[in-house]
Amino acid sequence: MEIVNYFKAKTVEEAYKKLQEDPSNLIIGGGAWLRLSSKTVNTAIDLEYVGLNQIKETENSIEIDAYVTLREVEKNEALSNLFSGIVNKGISGIMGVALRNLVTVGGSVVGKYSFSDFITPLLAVNTEVVLYKAGRMSLEDFLKLRTKEKDILLKIIIQKEEVLGYYYKMKKTGLDFAVVNVGVTNTLGHLKIVVGARPSLAAFAVKAMDYVNNQETVTDEVIEETANIAINELKFSTNSKASKEYRIELAKVYIRRGLKEVTK
Amino acid sequence: MKIYIEVNGQKKVYDVAPDEYLLDTLREDNFYSIKRGCDNSSCGVCTVLMDGKAVQSCTLLSVKADGHKITTIEGYQDEAKKLSEHFGHQGADQCGYCNSSLALTVHAMKDEIVKPTNKDIKEYLVGNLCRCTGYEAQHRAIKLCLEDDE
Amino acid sequence: MKVVNHALPSIDGKGLMMGKKAYTDDLSEPKSLIVKVLRSPHPYAKIVKIDTAKAEALDGVELVLTYKDFDRRPFTRAGQGYPEPSPHDKFVLDNYVRYIGDEAAAVAAIDVKTAEKALKLIEIEYEVLEPVLDFETAFENEILVHTEPEIHDMFPIGFDPKKNLAASYHMHVGDVTKSLEESEVIIEESFYTQAQAHVMLEPHNVNARVDYQGRLVIYSSTQTPIHVRRIISQALDYPLSKIRVIKPRVGGGFGGKQAIHGEMFVATVTLKTGKPSKMMYTRKEVFESSYSRHPMRFDIKLGSTKDGVLKAIDCWVVSDTGAYGEHALTVFMVAAAKVFPLYNKVDSVRFHGNVVYTNHTPAGAYRGYGAIQGNFALESSIDMLCHKLKIDPVEFRQKNMIKETETSPIFKIMGEGTEGIEMFMESCKLDYCVKRGSELVKWKEKYPRKELGNSKVKGVGMAIAMQGSGIPYIDMAAATIKLNDDGFYNLMIGATDIGQGSDTILAQIAAEALGTTLDKVIVYSSDTDLTPYDTGAYASSTTYVSGNAVLKAGKEMRQMIIDEAAKVFEVNPEDVEYDGVVLKSKDKEITLKDLSNRLFYNEDQKQLQITSSYYGTKSPPPFMAGFVEIDVDKETGEVDIIDYVSIVDCGTTINPMLAKGQVEGGIVQGIGMAMYEEVLYTKKGKLVTNDMMNYRIPTRREINNLTTEFADSYEESGPYGAKSVGEIGIDTPPAALANAVYNAVGVRITTLPITPEKILMAIKEKEKGEK
Repeated sequence: MEIVNYFKAKTVEEAYKKLQEDPSNLIIGGGAWLRLSSKTVNTAIDLEYVGLNQIKETENSIEIDAYVTLREVEKNEALSNLFSGIVNKGISGIMGVALRNLVTVGGSVVGKYSFSDFITPLLAVNTEVVLYKAGRMSLEDFLKLRTKEKDILLKIIIQKEEVLGYYYKMKKTGLDFAVVNVGVTNTLGHLKIVVGARPSLAAFAVKAMDYVNNQETVTDEVIEETANIAINELKFSTNSKASKEYRIELAKVYIRRGLKEVTK
Repeated sequence: MKIYIEVNGQKKVYDVAPDEYLLDTLREDNFYSIKRGCDNSSCGVCTVLMDGKAVQSCTLLSVKADGHKITTIEGYQDEAKKLSEHFGHQGADQCGYCNSSLALTVHAMKDEIVKPTNKDIKEYLVGNLCRCTGYEAQHRAIKLCLEDDE
Repeated sequence: MKVVNHALPSIDGKGLMMGKKAYTDDLSEPKSLIVKVLRSPHPYAKIVKIDTAKAEALDGVELVLTYKDFDRRPFTRAGQGYPEPSPHDKFVLDNYVRYIGDEAAAVAAIDVKTAEKALKLIEIEYEVLEPVLDFETAFENEILVHTEPEIHDMFPIGFDPKKNLAASYHMHVGDVTKSLEESEVIIEESFYTQAQAHVMLEPHNVNARVDYQGRLVIYSSTQTPIHVRRIISQALDYPLSKIRVIKPRVGGGFGGKQAIHGEMFVATVTLKTGKPSKMMYTRKEVFESSYSRHPMRFDIKLGSTKDGVLKAIDCWVVSDTGAYGEHALTVFMVAAAKVFPLYNKVDSVRFHGNVVYTNHTPAGAYRGYGAIQGNFALESSIDMLCHKLKIDPVEFRQKNMIKETETSPIFKIMGEGTEGIEMFMESCKLDYCVKRGSELVKWKEKYPRKELGNSKVKGVGMAIAMQGSGIPYIDMAAATIKLNDDGFYNLMIGATDIGQGSDTILAQIAAEALGTTLDKVIVYSSDTDLTPYDTGAYASSTTYVSGNAVLKAGKEMRQMIIDEAAKVFEVNPEDVEYDGVVLKSKDKEITLKDLSNRLFYNEDQKQLQITSSYYGTKSPPPFMAGFVEIDVDKETGEVDIIDYVSIVDCGTTINPMLAKGQVEGGIVQGIGMAMYEEVLYTKKGKLVTNDMMNYRIPTRREINNLTTEFADSYEESGPYGAKSVGEIGIDTPPAALANAVYNAVGVRITTLPITPEKILMAIKEKEKGEK
């Protein structure tokens, strides 16, 4: 990426204004993927000095500012005690420590990376995002949001709920991206299933969730059926990492294993 | 742009382009321990410490290091010597291209994890690739070095 | 032995870990011109028009080079001895580009940014041609990759560009058709191996300057400095005497740095401008625009008696050399020459096939070349035969494999690019390796599988392998030892340390021969002005060939010292006793320190220095048995490699720890090729796996345990009994892992890498068949 100017914003408002000045202007998180892009950016905007670098634990939630690094989230103890630690676990599978020390929550969420090992577990728990202009919304809505308006992510808010969680990232080597990743949670009897890297962006298996949440007991047969519904409703496809058929097989197995894990 | 970095305890001023990476800035200033490997933060040979934390300098814009403390192995010569003793005895030395960055990352690990297990070590160092050794000798050497500290 | 066979720390590890200036790019001149290459976006095209005016006009651009700047003088970049067994089919720049990433033009500019900007300003009009992208249909294809009239081979290698042949070969022993007809059990299968990338962590770096004597001095991250000097001289028609090539510390090679890369460009830029220049390959260039392992297809047929005596091996191979024919023939031949003699009791063998040109990234030298491909095909099919015969694969091998004192007719028929040498196995502990390995992996207990519950199953697999130790009558190495005042030595060698530790082990050999300690031997290696000839680091030659040269020089220097002491004592040399420190004769004695000081400053002054050369008259193979234990998830195809047991016969280990490092490094690279390292092209011929995010080498997480031991073995012709160890480790993993997967889940994967997807899909296919 070619960068013509670099702007260290002092306030969010300053950053926001700069962002609107030129269509090529953008906010830089950790900057981990800059080298992969051949775009030219007029002004790169740095949020380091804006003060968005806290993890706050409240009675009901954990609020993580956009400029917090993934490594800081991964090491957060409050979070690791929640949801069977699946958010922390998801992060720990992303590349190496040195990369996780750089990349930020903001960059990871706003990027909406389809291979993300952060978004899948976040979606499986109750996560909201707070944007400077668009305000507060669920992560699910944010992921679906298609707008040309450039906004700034301020923080994510994760509700502290009693959740049993399961997360699995199928990858080929320790540094690889997910071939498929699966998050399954049980929030006081309510089950959620998220599948990412299909290879498209993480999404709920809505029909499968409807089905399983309407069953009296979650038997092996129900689990099998739920997994089948999930793989039929979600869209899978082929890329250089794996074929569609293999992804479907993997998703089925790991949804099944996830459901077993969180309902045992 | 002018940036102010403390490198190995020494105050430095660099004039950098907005899209310049720290790897280039520091190698230009004769910090030879920092190596160019993969160009996209996948191999670890460019690792430096920023405020004590391992980061990949091939991916870190130099401007982002402004106002921070950077440490390279030139700043931890005794640590490097200590680890290299074990590398020598375990036959973990081969081409040496990943060794300085590995030593730095081991240092960061020691700061972060008390008594790391085998699994902790592998997880922590997974981003430090080596194509020569098959990892086992490195692993033995690192463990022995950690035991020395106890 | 006091130094040899001792696990001494490497002589250079400490400085490298401390980050000292050592590698090629550390040694470039400040303010060097940056050389960048404009690379072809097309797999095959003719440059119809090239306009460099805009690029040349850009501020900071020093020079733009196109094919018009070079004579039409074909050469090969292979980095082999002369005459090369590779076709001379490459021009520094040509008006044709033959793969995506091929060189179309080059610029030299004051910095990287300017150079990259200049590349964008070069205007090229291409006539895009239909490429050859399927190596299986390349032979006699109507599209020809090479049509230049100037290209040629140096001696017959089966080169025929009108048929897209870079090389072809045929050999046979006995009558294979007849032997197969007579065989009671037959196995027939096709195997495919991929274009594995070296992924040495230091990319290709090279820099140049003209020194005060007007000579061109090049620092290069190379395995073959002497060949580099010769090839530059030939290709640029520049006097050999005016070129100096220095190999500094190299950050890994694995064969990837045997051939030359940016040397021609920096040499040309520096000669034309008089200014220092440097070229640093990006990682993408290393993947797309250097070279990889030759992908191959094997059609193999085995015949045996029903009680398990192997009778015949029949093998047809197609090898894809990509756009240029570096190592085309040699790699091809090794696929049999360093594999098939493992089963030396067969009645007949046939091995033949083609090495074809395609419009892919070229293939070239890579650790274990040919052998790893051939080993995967043969050792997989041997297991298939065992299953058909219902014989334990370990027992089958024990019965059929080569043993000490035996030979194989293949040794005489096949060398590397030429005929071979008849050899009897004076050291071969393969039987021990197999026995010990099966004990350590607990073969009897674990073979073929153990159900672990929760959809997991454990399997074990094995394979045996051999390599060579240099190329007999071709590879030569020389070593110079110089005695200094104070009684320490310089060891000057052309042998090329690329990280494998040759500076250390050659110093150990010298110290042993001289009766001194390692710290008294100061090593300087690989500088064409200062060190004697050595072919370079390839073909597993350094320990054996260079080691023998060093041993000879050490012994001769020791004798020279004794001779000088005899003069001092006025006795015959036979009457001098010498322990490496003190020279004695009856009541007289002098320390080496005093003797050397006297020789420098006081009496009968002279410099003691000796240069000795060695070339092999045979190539004693190291052997190994590899055993692997894996856990497979039957529902997902995921594999955990629990342990890889390697028992190696490499003769004496000069440095047991460094030898272990060679084996284990090879094993993990072999595991990479076997399991993880996928190579993908788009339909249009673009390499998809062209960076380290998409091309995945093993990380430390995949490696749970490596168990590595050496057999007690002594090779009479080797230095202190040593054979080579650099390549042998890489050969067994593909077959051993394929065999383990079969033993665990009953599916035979014949195409590398063995991905979880292939395993699961094969399991599904098998289940469908069973229903």
